[in-house]
Amino acid sequence: METAVFVVCALVVLAGGLGVVVSRNPVHSALSLVATLFAIAVLFLNLGAQLLAVVQVIVYTGAIVVLILFVMMLLGIDQEEDLDEEPIVGQRIVAMLVGLVFLGAVLAVIIIGKESAVTGAESVTQAISPNVANVVQIGRELFTNYVFALEITAGLLTIAVVGAVVLARRPTDLQPIPEPESMTDQGDEPLTEPLRSSFRASNANPNDDASGEGSH
Amino acid sequence: MVELLWLIPALPLAGFLVLLFLGKRIGEPFAGWLGTAMVGLSFVVALVVFAGLWNQPEHTYELTLFTWIPAGSFQVDIGFLLDPLSMAMVLFVTGIAALIHLYSIGYMHGDSRFPRFFTYLNLFVFSMLMLVLGDNLVLTFLGWEGVGACSYFLISFWFEKDENASAGKKAFITNRVGDWGFMVGTFVVFFALGTVKYTEFLPLAPGIAATTATFIALMLFIGAMGKSAQIPLFIWLPDAMAGPTPVSALIHAATMVTAGVYLMVRINPILAASASWLPWMIAIIGCATAFIAATIAIAQQDIKKVLAYSTVSQLGYMFLAVGVGGYSAAVFHMITHAFFKALMFLGAGSVIHGMHEEQDMRRMGALRKLMPVTAITFIVGWLAISGVPPFSGFWSKDDILAYALHKSPVLYVFGLITALMTAFYMSRLVFRVFYGDARWGESADAELANLDAHDLSATTDGHESDAAGDHSDAHADAGHAIHPHESPRTMLIPLVVLAFFAAIAGVMNLPFTENLEFLNRWLEPVVGANQAVLHLGGGQLAFELITSTIVALTGIALAYYVYLKKRIDARRIELPFFANGWYIDQGITAFMGGIGRKAFEMIALFDSVVIDGAVNGVGRATRGGAARLRNVQNGYVRWYALMIGVGAVFIVAFVLTQVNF
Amino acid sequence: MTSNLPLAYLCLAAILFVIGGVGLLIRRNPLVMIMCVELMLNAVNLTFVTFGEMLNDISGQVIVFFVMVVAAAEVVVGLALVVAMSRRRPGANADDLRLLRG
Repeated sequence: METAVFVVCALVVLAGGLGVVVSRNPVHSALSLVATLFAIAVLFLNLGAQLLAVVQVIVYTGAIVVLILFVMMLLGIDQEEDLDEEPIVGQRIVAMLVGLVFLGAVLAVIIIGKESAVTGAESVTQAISPNVANVVQIGRELFTNYVFALEITAGLLTIAVVGAVVLARRPTDLQPIPEPESMTDQGDEPLTEPLRSSFRASNANPNDDASGEGSH
Repeated sequence: MVELLWLIPALPLAGFLVLLFLGKRIGEPFAGWLGTAMVGLSFVVALVVFAGLWNQPEHTYELTLFTWIPAGSFQVDIGFLLDPLSMAMVLFVTGIAALIHLYSIGYMHGDSRFPRFFTYLNLFVFSMLMLVLGDNLVLTFLGWEGVGACSYFLISFWFEKDENASAGKKAFITNRVGDWGFMVGTFVVFFALGTVKYTEFLPLAPGIAATTATFIALMLFIGAMGKSAQIPLFIWLPDAMAGPTPVSALIHAATMVTAGVYLMVRINPILAASASWLPWMIAIIGCATAFIAATIAIAQQDIKKVLAYSTVSQLGYMFLAVGVGGYSAAVFHMITHAFFKALMFLGAGSVIHGMHEEQDMRRMGALRKLMPVTAITFIVGWLAISGVPPFSGFWSKDDILAYALHKSPVLYVFGLITALMTAFYMSRLVFRVFYGDARWGESADAELANLDAHDLSATTDGHESDAAGDHSDAHADAGHAIHPHESPRTMLIPLVVLAFFAAIAGVMNLPFTENLEFLNRWLEPVVGANQAVLHLGGGQLAFELITSTIVALTGIALAYYVYLKKRIDARRIELPFFANGWYIDQGITAFMGGIGRKAFEMIALFDSVVIDGAVNGVGRATRGGAARLRNVQNGYVRWYALMIGVGAVFIVAFVLTQVNF
Repeated sequence: MTSNLPLAYLCLAAILFVIGGVGLLIRRNPLVMIMCVELMLNAVNLTFVTFGEMLNDISGQVIVFFVMVVAAAEVVVGLALVVAMSRRRPGANADDLRLLRG
């Protein structure tokens, strides 16, 4: 049963993930993302993390993706992107290569190393207890061992909100972002042109210098 | 009482600072009186210290004020070394400086930069005292540069005229050559002996290798050559006469130019430890300088130029004395020379002042009656420098000649010839300025015409007196334009005082018995160990004194026949070769303009091609490399992210190599 | 722990991470790029939970909690940046912002 759920969800996750990447229309990407996140929420359930599954659905699919869609709607930046065109030479190939090598390395570690790929001992003090509800257990952890991290996270969120407000505020002196200036023709100027010219100027009149000695 | 030592340089420094900041507000003449008072007080303190120094062991007193440059094992203090040598220097420097300050109040009257003049003078006195009193080479060098800078300021004091400005530059640049030697000498002293303090390194001198000692002495001698105007670095001193006359008297006759002699006397243990050719070289250079400068002085028309070359010549004498081991004789001559040469410069200044800034001797003459005090004091100076007994110059010059004879008869003979020429050209100056016809306001051409006429009349013999009479009538007409007058009292008092000392200063060191050689005995702790030992019998002493007297009188008599009796055409003696200073200036100009310039251009080329090439090459390489590396930074955020990814792949690859399964 | 299922989770997470990463590198629309970052974060979350399961440790899930918070903050700031950018240059993509070049 578990395996069956995993296989189905894994397929949805992969399909959704690819959908996010290859969709020309950002709205389609967002929808694919929703599918992926849902599938991951199911996988969380499968792994016994009920709270996380619920939070995943509420926060990610409910809040974040909706927020992204809102922005798209507000700004109208949902025009389709031309995926055939790539302005940076070699970017796509190198990106694929990097991804494949990275993936190959990680998969190699997991498949070859099997269980030993995961280092570390089984937990004693923070063991998952089958007798206590998942929510209760996470709540206890958060407010005991991780209380400082929790407080700092609260600060982080506050800062993020303030930052977002400041960034998205309509500025009074709105200026278009300038095109970067062309800087290609700067490398070939002689370095010491002013120096040289002054040197020549001081030598331009050799008679003046020579006559200074003899005049007395 | 010696504890007051620090006041001696502090007073002129205070005067300098006050005048520097408040000089304009104080104004004329109080700025001058302030400067004079400071230096005068300094002299009084010097006298007090002198009295106190008698009670010190070996007549030596050291005072360290504070540490100036502490740098590891290299430590330089602001400290004073007061020993018989520096005491003698301090006394005559402050004394003469005070008189010249007083004189300057009259001389500089009405000058638009009157307070500034005294600012510089006070700074000069301070620097000179630092030079003399400094207890280490670095502090001496500070004073050395200070007096050099003041000399530059004061030569160019009337910088509105291009000549004066370039004369200042010439002095400064020529002195740089010497200063280079001084600095290298100082470095080597520290390198070889580990200290630059006189009382620490001079006692070590006998122990160091002859090569090292020779090198140190040679380098310091180059420094002394620059400052004291020895061949070939004497060219700046005649030009330095562009400055106001009191400056010429103080800096370029009495004090600063003797700094080189002081330095040589100060390092006498190193001279003694060096190879034997070095003292010979010093003696020969001194002798040659004395001789050449005397020949040039014979043919000069500018009154100050004559005195300038005379100064060079007398400085040559002092170096001759140093070279032959007569250190006390050098100091003796330095002091007497300071008196009579300062006197003569001030007298010349008085004449120039009275003649309304006329410096050409061809337009002077017969000033004796109109400027009696100037004339009498000047004549005292003349007799002193000519070596007529019993004036001071006779004794000091004879002292040097005695040492020269002890070393080598050749040096003695050249010294005598120079003494003859000295007597001749100084007599020429006196006769042309104070005696003879009044030629005021005449042009130099008229003088030449006069000589031509005289030449013709000499051939026809009998008409000479008529011709002379005609000319004097003509001069009487021309002379109405200028009314020479005697100078104010502030200028005459220094003249009288200096004349007194120029006359009697010889008693400092009379050669007759040991007991009369006060200066020799006084300097004994400093130079005694390395002084050449003279054993003059009565006969030899009498021979030398009589010879000197005869030589001096011969020179005067010759000048009398040439310039007053006009038996001999002056142009046979005043050769253009001498008048042009042996063409040394022209030679240097030609060299610098021709070969030297080419060499410098080669160096400039080397600089612009190799040095600049290397520097620019580094810049170009960096820029070229950067232009290529810049493509990495193309501004695409995704590219940067890709680079992060590439980096991550590398890190993963590295981790994989470290993992064992 | 006899089953190989957790390893399969890890493999899935790795694949998802790489998909997200490559997407981040090749897409130019800033919103899609943010979504790709979300994909990568979720892959990591999945890994954390799997590790927690494998080691029987609750802290794997707690960490995911924090990652979600950080992700939310990141999205908020990122979207604000997108809004600010679009105001000044409507229709801009990530490649149009090239002032950061040498």
